[in-house]
Amino acid sequence: MTDPGKTPDEVAAVAPESEPFETPEPPSEVHEADEAHLEREREIANDAAVDRELRRLSRRGFVTAGVAAVAGVAGWSWLRGRPRTDGLAWPFRRMLQLNEKVAEAYFRPSRMSPSFRPDQITAARINGGLGLSASYDNADWRLRIEGAASRAVLTLDEIRSFPRREMITEFRCIEGWSYIVKWTGARLADVMAKYPPPTRDGSAPDLERPDRLVRYVSMETPDRGYYVGLDMQSALHPQTLLAYEIDGQPLSWQHGAPLRLAIPVKYGVKNIKRVGTIRYTDVRPADYWAERGYDWYAGH
Amino acid sequence: MKKLEKKHPLAIRWFHWINFPLLALMIWSGAMIYWANAVYRVGVGKHQLLPMNFAQPTWNELHLSYRLAEGMALHFFVMWFFAINGLLYVAYTLFSGEWRLLVPNRASFRHALLTVLHDQHLRREPPPPQKFNGAQQFAYTGIVLMGFGSLVTGLAIYKPVQFAWLDALLGGYPMARFFHFWITIGYLLFFLVHVAQVARAGWNNFRSMVIGYELHDAPPSEVTGD
Repeated sequence: MTDPGKTPDEVAAVAPESEPFETPEPPSEVHEADEAHLEREREIANDAAVDRELRRLSRRGFVTAGVAAVAGVAGWSWLRGRPRTDGLAWPFRRMLQLNEKVAEAYFRPSRMSPSFRPDQITAARINGGLGLSASYDNADWRLRIEGAASRAVLTLDEIRSFPRREMITEFRCIEGWSYIVKWTGARLADVMAKYPPPTRDGSAPDLERPDRLVRYVSMETPDRGYYVGLDMQSALHPQTLLAYEIDGQPLSWQHGAPLRLAIPVKYGVKNIKRVGTIRYTDVRPADYWAERGYDWYAGH
Repeated sequence: MKKLEKKHPLAIRWFHWINFPLLALMIWSGAMIYWANAVYRVGVGKHQLLPMNFAQPTWNELHLSYRLAEGMALHFFVMWFFAINGLLYVAYTLFSGEWRLLVPNRASFRHALLTVLHDQHLRREPPPPQKFNGAQQFAYTGIVLMGFGSLVTGLAIYKPVQFAWLDALLGGYPMARFFHFWITIGYLLFFLVHVAQVARAGWNNFRSMVIGYELHDAPPSEVTGD
């Protein structure tokens, strides 16, 4: 008998029960058979079925695993091979930007970088002289503020005339090292209050409402050898200082004399030395290390 | 008589095998980051037993030098998938009740001891069978706690101002970084032991982590036993 709905294989599988000719010992003779022998037969049949099932499960399991592994490797190499944006395959750049959005949403200006006691200060490390030519004459130095309602050019004495702030905080490098340092200087927010950034809708600027201000602050060394971009809420953080002293001493040129940024809510790379220009802008500013594959936000 | 026994649920198998490449990528990108300031070592005082930069040639050999930017970008990309997969795994074990088999209880200490003694050929009788023996319960619960530790210490290093309280809890930023690193060394040690044990347990056991079923030989039936 044939069942049109079944494949030949399936027909063969049910054959022993439906076609007595192929069964070595017909069911009618069971009572005469040796029970142990029958039991062994059943065991052989069972084991064969288990082996078949195991082969089926193994095939399915290992094929799935193989496909998943190939898909995983292919997906990863696809991600790594995408065209680069500022030194990074774009999916990774996009993820850094997504992380930035999460970080900005979670950020609160009331959260402070921990303060330390004076006896906890550790030797300040000198790590990079980008934008610092040794021949630079500090007598020529001025701080330019651009992008405000009116351009401002400030001398160091004018910066010193703002309320003097001191803090002992941790300076953390992207490389993993950190040290504890005392900064003395003017709060960037105090300077910005006097020379406020414009708003995006043209209303009167109010530093209490940073969401209405243009979104970024850019800073450059006088020779433009080094430059960083900051988001507005980090720039306005109370621990963001324009520092003129380190560990109670005027800045040496290696530490960024005469004025540098101390911004513990960011990695060390954003603590730009020898700031020459501060510019308010609504266009995301260029950032030296972000152009070389690093995170633009680099915030803590 | 052969018998197939369900051993590992489908979800657990996926969580496990997805975690493997994710953790490998986290360690690999972490090594790129660590290269930039490879300061840890094993030693007492001035006596250094093992430098944790494995000497610069090793780093060069692995092509992990001068790749800090890339390492950070990869690390902060994969971290989400590593964290989500791990949290889903923990949620699954909690909701399915599987955690009861994994989390050590009072009997686990004794069972773990018997397992280790047997494994080291110091005791002939095997420990009474259970899905995960006492030693496995400690190891597999420990590795989940380490994963949690990586997330917590990682967050403390990643956002030390927004999560300053977490850094304080860990003993400060440098300590958080210290723990983050040594948990990673812990993963490598776990991996060595884990792979050795899996190799020793054999193909049937390994296959069950892929297909879910393990082949068993059921005791001979009463009929043939007479």
